[in-house]
Amino acid sequence: MNVLNQWAFIGVFFLLAPLLPALPIVLGGVFAPRKPNAIKQATYECGVETVGDTWVQFKVQYYVYGLIFLVFDVEMVLLFPWAMAYRDLDFFAFGAGFLFVFLLTDALFYALGKDALKWD
Amino acid sequence: MDCINNLSLCLRHSGVDAGLAEFVSIFLGVVLVATFPLLVTILLIWVERKFAARIQDRIGPNRVGPFGLLQPLADVVKLLTKENITPTGADRPIYNLAPPFMVAAVLLIWAVIPLSPIHYGVDLEIGALYFVAVASIGTLSVLMAGWASNNKYALLGAFRVVALLISYEVPLALALIVPVMLANSMSMVGITEAQWGMWFVFMAPIAAFLFFIGSQAETGRAPFDLIEAESELTAGFNTEYSGMKFAMFFAGEFMHVFTNGVLMAVLFTGGWIGPFVGELPLIGLVWLMAKASVWYIIALWVRNTLPRLRIDQVMLFNWQFLVPLSIVNLLVTAFLLQVIKMAGLTPADPGNFVQNIPQTLVLLVGNLVEFGGVLIMLRNRGRRERIADAAKGLSAPVHAVGD
Repeated sequence: MNVLNQWAFIGVFFLLAPLLPALPIVLGGVFAPRKPNAIKQATYECGVETVGDTWVQFKVQYYVYGLIFLVFDVEMVLLFPWAMAYRDLDFFAFGAGFLFVFLLTDALFYALGKDALKWD
Repeated sequence: MDCINNLSLCLRHSGVDAGLAEFVSIFLGVVLVATFPLLVTILLIWVERKFAARIQDRIGPNRVGPFGLLQPLADVVKLLTKENITPTGADRPIYNLAPPFMVAAVLLIWAVIPLSPIHYGVDLEIGALYFVAVASIGTLSVLMAGWASNNKYALLGAFRVVALLISYEVPLALALIVPVMLANSMSMVGITEAQWGMWFVFMAPIAAFLFFIGSQAETGRAPFDLIEAESELTAGFNTEYSGMKFAMFFAGEFMHVFTNGVLMAVLFTGGWIGPFVGELPLIGLVWLMAKASVWYIIALWVRNTLPRLRIDQVMLFNWQFLVPLSIVNLLVTAFLLQVIKMAGLTPADPGNFVQNIPQTLVLLVGNLVEFGGVLIMLRNRGRRERIADAAKGLSAPVHAVGD
């Protein structure tokens, strides 16, 4: 298979993958009863009537996790090519990789020291 | 699949347009690769329930069919006839898209998994990176479900789960770099074939351990099952789902656990490699499934044995222990690989078991030293905490609870 066909395969897979699980849902729509009423369709919060808006601004803590995750995710994208060629490289590659990881780990320990990753 | 090329050729010879022939063969390949895990999942529902029952000293499903084997079919029929309730406040398009996305995220991983030497979806050169990219669609679907439900419990649950999932993706992906480094390849086929001489689990046991924990957390199973922290969150992000949509979340979860087993098998225990693979390639599928099942059973065992951790403990465990450990592990492996190269221990023939022993020993000893260091650090930390608690007059360490 050439490279273009490989990605055609992935493309078709991306289109088909959500359709396969959608099939039983549609089938369920055919077989299942449909008797909606206002009480049944009310928001279920353990029987208590829902108060206020759900779509509000959320705690900033989650944003900090997202930010640190992003740092490491981008780091990983850059580390994968390094890892792939690693066995063909000399000791300099280890030094370069070490420096790169060290700088980012530094940020992690800074965040840990500031208690930014503590759940509260 | 490899035979797909022949099908395309076949169609072209019988007078079908070349582009169409290519498309038909690709389409059939996708259908084959995608339905295989879905069929396996039907059996998994039974395995999961039976195994959980045995651990809890129950019998489990035994009424429908021999040994209760037809139980999943009864479940499907029941779920098909359940009403789909959509809450009035929900954001309908996103609400309806979330369950198929959950399953799709897991299905897409199967595109790059080599089932046998000649049977696989595609041999992407960046297979490992593709896995990391595709696996995060599941996280997206959780957030979609929680947000679109317009339910405070669902939203709280979704936020927590997303925080957990993205956190555990860091050690997972950092552990994934180690087999890539050992195999000198990012393709799943390449990683499998690099294990002819020696399984990577012996060269990088700590990476295997980290990947296993990370994948267990990614599925949202105990001890990381904050999704199901029902005492705090009702049912979490899927509170407002019912009928077949609810079932899809569970199908996705069951499939994800087994897919993780398959990934462990491919990355660390040699995938389809086993006796007689050379003569009969299809037997590779049997080896792969056998190895995946062992990892799968271990995952179930962990799930049914350990209690749920609190959210602050789970996050602290990840950021203070798993992430630093995975970084150290990566650097130690990188260092040892250079040492191996300088000492001339690199096997001339990577497929030879005996030639692989020296470098495996170096890596194994390195991993053991690393593990010992971690144990000593944990011991010292525990002692410090106990002394501090005793000074304060507390018998057990107390942490703040809350969201």
